[in-house]
Amino acid sequence: MADVMTMEDIRAEASRLNIDLSAVDWNSVRLPPGEDFGIKSDDEDLNEEDSLEFDAGFGNIIVVDNLPVVPQEKFEKLEGVVRKIYSQIGVIKENGLWMPVEEDTGKTRGYCFIEYNTPQEAELAKEKTNGYKLDRAHIFAVNMFDEIEKFMKVPDEWAPPEIKPYTPGIYDTKVKMSLKLFGVTLQENLQHWLTDEKGRDQFVIRAGSDTEVLWNDARQVKADPVYKRPFWTESFVQWSPLGTYLATVHRQGAAVWGGASTFNRLMRYAHPQVKLIDFSPGEKYLVTYSSHEPSNPRDTHRVVLNIFDVRTGKVMRDFKGSADEFAIGGTGGFTGVSWPVFRWGGGKEDKYFARMGKNVISVYETETFSLIDKKSIKVDNVMDFSWSPTDPIFALFVPELGGGNQPARVSSNVMKFHVSLFQIPGKEELRQKNLFSVSDCKMYWQSNGEYLAVKVDRYTKTKKSTYTGFELFRIKERDIPIEVFELDNKNDKVISFAWEPKGHRFAVIHGDNPRPDVSFYSVKGGKVSKLTTLKQKQANALFWSPGGRFIILAGLKGFNGQLEFYNVDELETMATAEHFMATDIEWDPTGRYVATSVTSFLWRPRPPSFLSPEKEEEIAKNLKKYSKKYDVQDQDISVLLSEQDREKRKQLKEDWERWVNEWKRYHEEEKMERQMLRDGEASDVEEEYEAKEIEVEELLDVSEEVIQDV
Amino acid sequence: MRPILMKGHERPLTFLKYNRDGDLLFSCAKDHTPTVWFADNGERLGTYAGHNGAVWCCDVSRDSTRLITGSADQSAKLWDVQSGTQLFTFNFDSPARAVDFAVGDKLAVITTDPFMGLTSAIHVKRIAADPDDQVGDSVLVLKGPQGRINRAVWGPLNKTIISAGEDAVVRIWDTETGKLLQENDKEVGHKKTVTSLAKSTDGSHFLTGSLDKSAKLWDIRSLTLIKTYFTERPVNAVAMSPLLNHVVLGGGQDASAVTTTDHRAGKFEAKFYDKILQEEIGGVKGHFGPINALAFNPDGKSFSSGGEDGYVRLHHFDPDYFKIPSI
Repeated sequence: MADVMTMEDIRAEASRLNIDLSAVDWNSVRLPPGEDFGIKSDDEDLNEEDSLEFDAGFGNIIVVDNLPVVPQEKFEKLEGVVRKIYSQIGVIKENGLWMPVEEDTGKTRGYCFIEYNTPQEAELAKEKTNGYKLDRAHIFAVNMFDEIEKFMKVPDEWAPPEIKPYTPGIYDTKVKMSLKLFGVTLQENLQHWLTDEKGRDQFVIRAGSDTEVLWNDARQVKADPVYKRPFWTESFVQWSPLGTYLATVHRQGAAVWGGASTFNRLMRYAHPQVKLIDFSPGEKYLVTYSSHEPSNPRDTHRVVLNIFDVRTGKVMRDFKGSADEFAIGGTGGFTGVSWPVFRWGGGKEDKYFARMGKNVISVYETETFSLIDKKSIKVDNVMDFSWSPTDPIFALFVPELGGGNQPARVSSNVMKFHVSLFQIPGKEELRQKNLFSVSDCKMYWQSNGEYLAVKVDRYTKTKKSTYTGFELFRIKERDIPIEVFELDNKNDKVISFAWEPKGHRFAVIHGDNPRPDVSFYSVKGGKVSKLTTLKQKQANALFWSPGGRFIILAGLKGFNGQLEFYNVDELETMATAEHFMATDIEWDPTGRYVATSVTSFLWRPRPPSFLSPEKEEEIAKNLKKYSKKYDVQDQDISVLLSEQDREKRKQLKEDWERWVNEWKRYHEEEKMERQMLRDGEASDVEEEYEAKEIEVEELLDVSEEVIQDV
Repeated sequence: MRPILMKGHERPLTFLKYNRDGDLLFSCAKDHTPTVWFADNGERLGTYAGHNGAVWCCDVSRDSTRLITGSADQSAKLWDVQSGTQLFTFNFDSPARAVDFAVGDKLAVITTDPFMGLTSAIHVKRIAADPDDQVGDSVLVLKGPQGRINRAVWGPLNKTIISAGEDAVVRIWDTETGKLLQENDKEVGHKKTVTSLAKSTDGSHFLTGSLDKSAKLWDIRSLTLIKTYFTERPVNAVAMSPLLNHVVLGGGQDASAVTTTDHRAGKFEAKFYDKILQEEIGGVKGHFGPINALAFNPDGKSFSSGGEDGYVRLHHFDPDYFKIPSI
C-alpha cells in the first residue's frame, strides 16, 4: 500500500463493491496483529510506554565467563564448584544453573548462566565474583545477562564521537522534532518562567495521584494552572535548588522536567528502586539513593548511590556498599542513612562534596570525582560536620573521651568537645575551640556564610541536667573571632534557632513552659545584643522571610497551626492567623506570600538575584518609588475584577427579583383561597404586622385638694 | 451579642421551631420531653411530658394554641401549648418522624419510618377544632419512596405535600388524589440523604440540606432548582432568614467521629450564605458537636441552633449583622 487513498477514492471503491460506507461499524474492524499497513501510530503514549521499559525481564540472570573448559567426566565436579560459589550469595533458582557443552565433544564451553530469584541477588553476585580467581588461569568475568546485548552493539572499530551542536538547555528530541515541523528552531529557555510579566511565582502541589504546577496569582485571587499530570511521580517531586528543574521519582529511576512554557521531560536517570534524590546546590549534579533488601536476612541492607550529571544524564560516580558504611555519625547510634549522604560544599560552584565515615571525612572534588589528595581527612570520633553555604569551609565537632587536661577528680565520663573549621582544598584547620562538659552540639550557618552559631548543650555541675549556650564564629573576620553567648535564663531549653537570611540577626525560641518565649538578637559590630524578647508565645518553629526582616512564629502540630507574623525591624506583630493542623510553612522565594499546608506543597525556587547588595539596599530603601508602577497595575486589575463581579452579581440579583415577582403574582391570586382555608382570617404577614398608633386615655384616680390661699 | 446557652435537654437536639409571633421557641431532642422557651431571653417555660422515645419533629399552630410532635415511640401527639396537657395521641406501627400543620391548621401531615418490614408512609390527619372531636383516622396515606422520609411539608394552598429523605429525592404529592406529581431532576438533585427541609416565609421556595455537603433551593411549584450552596461538611440543618437574603447551614462530621478530632476540625459552625449570590458570608461558632437543628425567629432578628451536644444556642444579631452589604 504505497499510495495514500483520498476520501473520494474510498467512496468510489466502496460504491464499486456495493458497500454502504455509513453502515460500516469501524470499531469492529481489527487489523491483523503486528500489521500497521505502513502507517505509524501517532499515539504518543504508545511510544512513551515502550521507552520507559528499563529492564527486559532477565535482570536476575548473570553470565559467568572464563570458566575452565572440562571434558564430560569432570562436568559434574565443575558444576558443583560453581554452584557452591554462587549459592553462597543468593538462592539459585531450580534448574537455574546452565552450563552449555559442545555437542560433538561434550566439553564445556567455558561459560555458564545462573538465574537467581531476584535481580538484587544477581547484581550482588556480579559485584562480588567479578574478577574472582578460581586459579591463576581462570579469573571469572561476570556480567548481567541484560548487558550482553549492550556489548554486542559495541562496534569493533573505534569511531570518533559525534560533536553535537550546542543547544542551551537539554530537552527531548521529540520536542525538537515537533518544533522543527513548525519551521521554528527555538532555543528553549529553561528559565523562561522567571520572565513572567507579572513577576509571579510557581508552585507544585500533589493531591492523590495528580501532580499540578500552578502560578500563584494573588491579583486574580486564584491560582493559574501551568501543567497537570496524573501519576507524574511514584513517590514525590522535588524542585532543583535554583528552580530550573522539577524532579520526579519512579521505579526505574529519576527524571527531570522543565521547559519554556510547559513541562517536558529533559532527562532520565536510570536507578532501579530509587528512594531519595538530592541536587547539588548549583544543580549541576543529582545524587540518587536506593537501598536493597538483602537476600540473607542476617546481612545488612545494600545501598547504592549514583551521582549523575544533570545535563548529560551520565553517571559521574557510583558508590555501593552496605548500609552500615553510610550510616555513621550523628549523635548516638541511629540506624538507617542520614540523608543527604553527600553534603555539597563550596557554594553554587558544586566543586566539592563530602561524606562522613567512621573517624574520617571524605571530601571529593567534582573535576575528577575522586578524593582530594586521594585520601580522606582523618578525624577521630567525628560526630557531625556542616559546610558553609558559600565557601569551601566546613565545621565539625568531635568529642574527646576522657579529655587530657581535665583535672583528675572530674569523673571520666565528662566529654571534651572541640569544634573545628576546615578550609578545602588545603584541608587546613582554620580555627579550633575546645569545649567542656558537653552533651551535644548543633551547628547553624547563616545563609551568606558570615556567621556560624554552634548550639552547645552542657551538663550542669550535678550532671543531672543540661543547659544551653552558643558559640558564635564570625567567619569573614580576621582570625575568626568567637563570641560566647548565653540566654538570659541559661537553663531555658532551646526549641528552635534560625538566622535571618543574609542578615545579622537570629531568633531563638526558648523556655520550658508550654508557651515558650521568643528572643531576637543581633551580632552586628561583633557584639551580640538582644533586640527583644516576646513572652509566652504559642510557637515551636521559626520561618524567616527569604528577604529577612519578617518572621513567622509558628505553632505547628501541638499548637494547631497558630501563626504570628512579626516585623523584626519595627519589633512589632503585624498579624496573626490560624491554619488549623497546618504542618508545613513555605515562604515563596520572593517573600511576598506564605503558603501553609497539610499536603505536599513546594514553591519553585528562584536563582539568586544578579543585583549587587548595594543596589538591593537602594531598592529596599526606595521601595515606594519602585512599587508605584505595580500599585497602579494592582489597582487596575482589582477594578476590572470588581467590575466583572458587580456585573455578575447584578445579573444574579435581577434574575432572583424576576423570579420573586413572578411568584408574588401567584401569591396575590391565591390570597382569597388562603383566606378561606383559614376561615376568613386575613392571612398574610403584611396585615398582621401593620403598625398602628393608638392613644389610650385612662383615668387612674381623681382626688380633690383645696389649695389654701396664702 | 453573646449567645444565650439554653441547657435543658439531656440528649442531642433534633428540631427547633418558633411560633408565629416569635415569642416562643419549641425544641425537640432525643430525650423524651419537648421543651418550650421564651425566645427573647431563653428562659425555660415548660416541657411536654408524655412521649416515651426520642422526639424528632414538632409544629405549632398559627394561633400558638396547639403543638404537634412526632416521636420514635410510634406516636404523634397533640398538646395544649399553654397548659402542656396531652390532647390526643395518633398511634402508628412504626416511629413517627416529620409533622407539619397545613394552612388553616385543619390538617396535619405525619410521616412514619420504615420499620419491621413496613415501608415508610406519609399520613394526612384531620385536626378537629375541639379536641374532644378528634379522631385518629387518616384522611390519606401515601406510600412509595424507599427509605426514611426525613421531612414532609405542605405546599401552596395545601394542594401538595413535599417530602424528602434517605433516597435523596425530593417529591411532590397531590393531596387530593394521593398521586406522586413530581420528582426532582436527578441530574441536579442531591446525591445523598436529604436531612432537612425549610420553607420560606411566603412559602414560595424551600431549602433542602443533604449529607452530600450541599444545600439546594427549589421552586415549590415547579420543583426547579434555583440555587445550590456548597459547604465542606454534611448538612444536618438548614434555615432561611425571613428578613434578609441569607441562608444558614448547620452540620458537621459524623457524630461517631466527633470524639476522635479537635472540635475545630469538626466544622460545627453555623455557616451563613448569601441566598442570591451563593457566597459564604460568615459563620457562628460555639457548638461542641454537629448542629442538628436551626430556626430563624420570624422577625429575622435572632436565630437559634441545636446541637448534638444537647445545647440550644440562641443568637440575637448585632446591629452590624444588618449592615452586611448584600450586593
